[in-house]
Amino acid sequence: MTDATNTGSLYDVDARTKKRNAAEKRFRIYGMIAIGLGLVFLVALLSTIVVRGIPAFQQTKLTLPIALPEETLDKSGVRDIEVMKKVSTFGYNPLIEQALADALDANGIENPFEDAKGLKPILSSSAAAVVRDEVLANPELVGTTHTFEILAASRVDGYLKGRVTRESVARDNNIDAAHFDVVDALRDAGIIAKGFNFDFITGADASESRPEQAGIGVSMLGSLFMMFVVLGLSLPIGVAASIYLEEFATQNRFTDIIEVNISNLAAVPSIVFGILGLAVFIQFMHLPQSAPLVGGLVLTLMTLPTIIISTRASLKAVPPSIREAALGIGASKMQTVFHHVLPLAMPGILTGTIIGLAQALGETAPLLLIGMVGYIASNYPDGVASGFLDPNSAMPAQIYEWAKRADPAYYERAWGGIIILLVFLMTMNILAVILRRRFERRW
Amino acid sequence: MMKDNVENKVGVDAMNVKFSARDVQVYYGDNHAIKDVNVDILDKTVTAFIGPSGCGKSTFLRSLNRMNDTIPICRVEGDILLDGEDINAPQVDPVQLRAKVGMVFQKPNPFPKSIYDNIAYGPRIHGLARNKAELDEIVEKSLRRGAIWDEVKDRLDAPGTGLSGGQQQRLCIARAVATEPEVLLMDEPCSALDPIATAQVEELIDELKASYSVVIVTHSMQQAARVSQKTAFFHLGNLVEYDDTTTIFTNPRDTRTESYITGRIG
Repeated sequence: MTDATNTGSLYDVDARTKKRNAAEKRFRIYGMIAIGLGLVFLVALLSTIVVRGIPAFQQTKLTLPIALPEETLDKSGVRDIEVMKKVSTFGYNPLIEQALADALDANGIENPFEDAKGLKPILSSSAAAVVRDEVLANPELVGTTHTFEILAASRVDGYLKGRVTRESVARDNNIDAAHFDVVDALRDAGIIAKGFNFDFITGADASESRPEQAGIGVSMLGSLFMMFVVLGLSLPIGVAASIYLEEFATQNRFTDIIEVNISNLAAVPSIVFGILGLAVFIQFMHLPQSAPLVGGLVLTLMTLPTIIISTRASLKAVPPSIREAALGIGASKMQTVFHHVLPLAMPGILTGTIIGLAQALGETAPLLLIGMVGYIASNYPDGVASGFLDPNSAMPAQIYEWAKRADPAYYERAWGGIIILLVFLMTMNILAVILRRRFERRW
Repeated sequence: MMKDNVENKVGVDAMNVKFSARDVQVYYGDNHAIKDVNVDILDKTVTAFIGPSGCGKSTFLRSLNRMNDTIPICRVEGDILLDGEDINAPQVDPVQLRAKVGMVFQKPNPFPKSIYDNIAYGPRIHGLARNKAELDEIVEKSLRRGAIWDEVKDRLDAPGTGLSGGQQQRLCIARAVATEPEVLLMDEPCSALDPIATAQVEELIDELKASYSVVIVTHSMQQAARVSQKTAFFHLGNLVEYDDTTTIFTNPRDTRTESYITGRIG
C-alpha cells in the first residue's frame, strides 16, 4: 500500500478523483459547444437560403384582357399560320400596351404618361412573345378579346417583393417611381398580383434582360440526363471492379498499386476530371460540347472511386463466416458472392451509390471545362437522344450562371435554384436511408 | 489404383478407409503449421482431433476439404486421398470436393435467410432436386437428421438467424448433410454452445456416424472421449498419436499425449 488515498472513506472525494471528474466535465462541455456551433451554422445557412430563395418561387403577373384585332394580326383574314407569322413581336407590343392603358381607364386609374407606350416598363419584354405564341397556336383568337396572364417586368416584381424601392430606381433608366404608382393602383384593382411561380421550376433560362422569365427546368433535365449516364456507367463498373478486387483478385504488388490509386483518385480535385474530359471526350473523341453525355462521362470518372470505395467497404463488412458457410457446402466462389455476399452488402452499396450521385449532382467545376457552365439553357431537348447529345446546362451550373449575372433579380433566382438543388440532394439522401432500412429488414 | 500403393501404417481394414493422408505438410507463408502428418480416417466412424491451441488440428481439418485454398498464403504438400483419389490433383474442382466433404464451423453460421432456404441452398446449387416436392422432401429429411425438425417444422419461413445457438448449429449440420456428403468435418462445433445444446449436438454426431465418416476437432477431451471411436492427438504441428479413443485415454504410448490428457500441458 503505497497510495494513502485508498485507505480513506468512500464518502470523501479525493483530489485525484475530483481532478479527473473535472476534466471529464470540461470535455463534455467542449463537445456540446462544438455541436452547438455546428447547429448554429446549419440554422444560419438554411435560414439564409430559405429567406433569400423563397421569393424566387413567387412571380408577379398581370391578368389583362387583350384585344386581338384582325387588321393588325391577320390582314388577309384567312388565318394562314405562315402569313400570320410575318407579324413579329413588334406588332404585338402596342396591343398589349394599349390593353394595359385600357385597363387603367376601366379602373379609373390615371395614366401619368403621355400615351400607352409610357406603360411599357411595367411589362416584361417577354409579354409580346407569349401573346404571339398563344395566337399562333390558336388562330381563332384573332378578332376577339382574350384574357392573358403576362409577366410583369422584373423591377415591378422586385418592387412588390420589396427588393426594389422608389429610391433605388431614382437613377434607373428602365423605370420611374411614377410606374410604381400605377403598379400600386393596379395591385389594388387586382390586375397585378403575385402568384406561385411554376415556370421557375419547369421553365427554360432566359436572356440577361428578362430575369422574370428564367426557370431552372431545362437545366434540371440536363442534370437528369447526366445522372442517367453516371448511374448507368458508374454503378455496374464500380460494383464489378470492387467485387473483383475484394473477392477474386490475388493480393500482389499490382493490385496494391490499383488500390492505392483508387483512393488517390477519390481525392483528385474535380476540375482535373473536367480538363481530362475536355481533352479525351471532346477534343479526341469529338463528342458534342456542352452535352449532358460528356458531363455524365466526366462525372462518372469522378464518382467511380467513391462507389468503389464504399462498395468495397460494405463487401468487407460481410462476415467471413457467411463466405465459409457457402464455400463449405460446395458453392463456387461466384455463387458465394452473388447469392450471399452481395445481397448482404447491397444496402451499403446503394447508399454509397446514391451519395456518389448526390455528389455528382452538385458538382460544378468539371462542367466549366466542357462548356456546360455559361451555356444558356433556353430550349427543351426534343427527345431522349437530344437530351443526351444537345447542349444543355446543369442545375449547379445554372445557379452559378445566374449568380454571375448583373441584375439583382437573377441573384434571387440563384438562391431559389439552390433551394431546388438542396431539395433534390435531400430527397436522394432520404432515399438512401429508406433503401438501406428496407434491405436490412429483409434479413 | 492409388489406394494399392498406400502403406497402411495403422493397420486397419483398407477398404474401410475414407481419407488417407501421407506426409502432409501445411505452410502459412514461412510458418510450417503441419509437419509430416500420416493418418487414415475411417468410414462410418467418428474421429476426434485433439490438442492444445495452435497445434494445427483445425488447419489439418480444413485441408481435408481444401478450405485452406481461400487463404492466399497457405500451401499444402503431400498426398491427401479421398477414396483413393488425390484431392489436390490439378483436375479436382474444390467445389465438387466440398459437396462430398461437408463442413460445420465453430461458430454457427446460418445464412441470413429462412430455415427452409438455409437447407435448400446446397441441394439447389448442386441440382439434387428436380422439383419443389423433392426439395421439400430433402429439407425435411435433412432437418430430421439434424435433430431439429420438430422444433422448426412450423416455422420454416422464419429466419435461420433467429434460432438459439444450439438450434443454429444443428441447422448448420442439417445444411451440411443436405448435400448428401460422404464425410462431415466439424471444427469445434460445440465451443459456442451451452452444455444442453452441446449434449444435443453430441447425440446427433453419434447418430450421424451410421451414415458418414465424421471428423471432429475439439478442445474438450471429455467430448472426444464421449463421441469418438478414434482420436488423433496433435502437438506443435505433429500428429503425435493416433489410435482407438479408449487406448488414447487409458493407455497412451507417447508421454506428450499422456501429459496432455492428464492436464499437464495444453
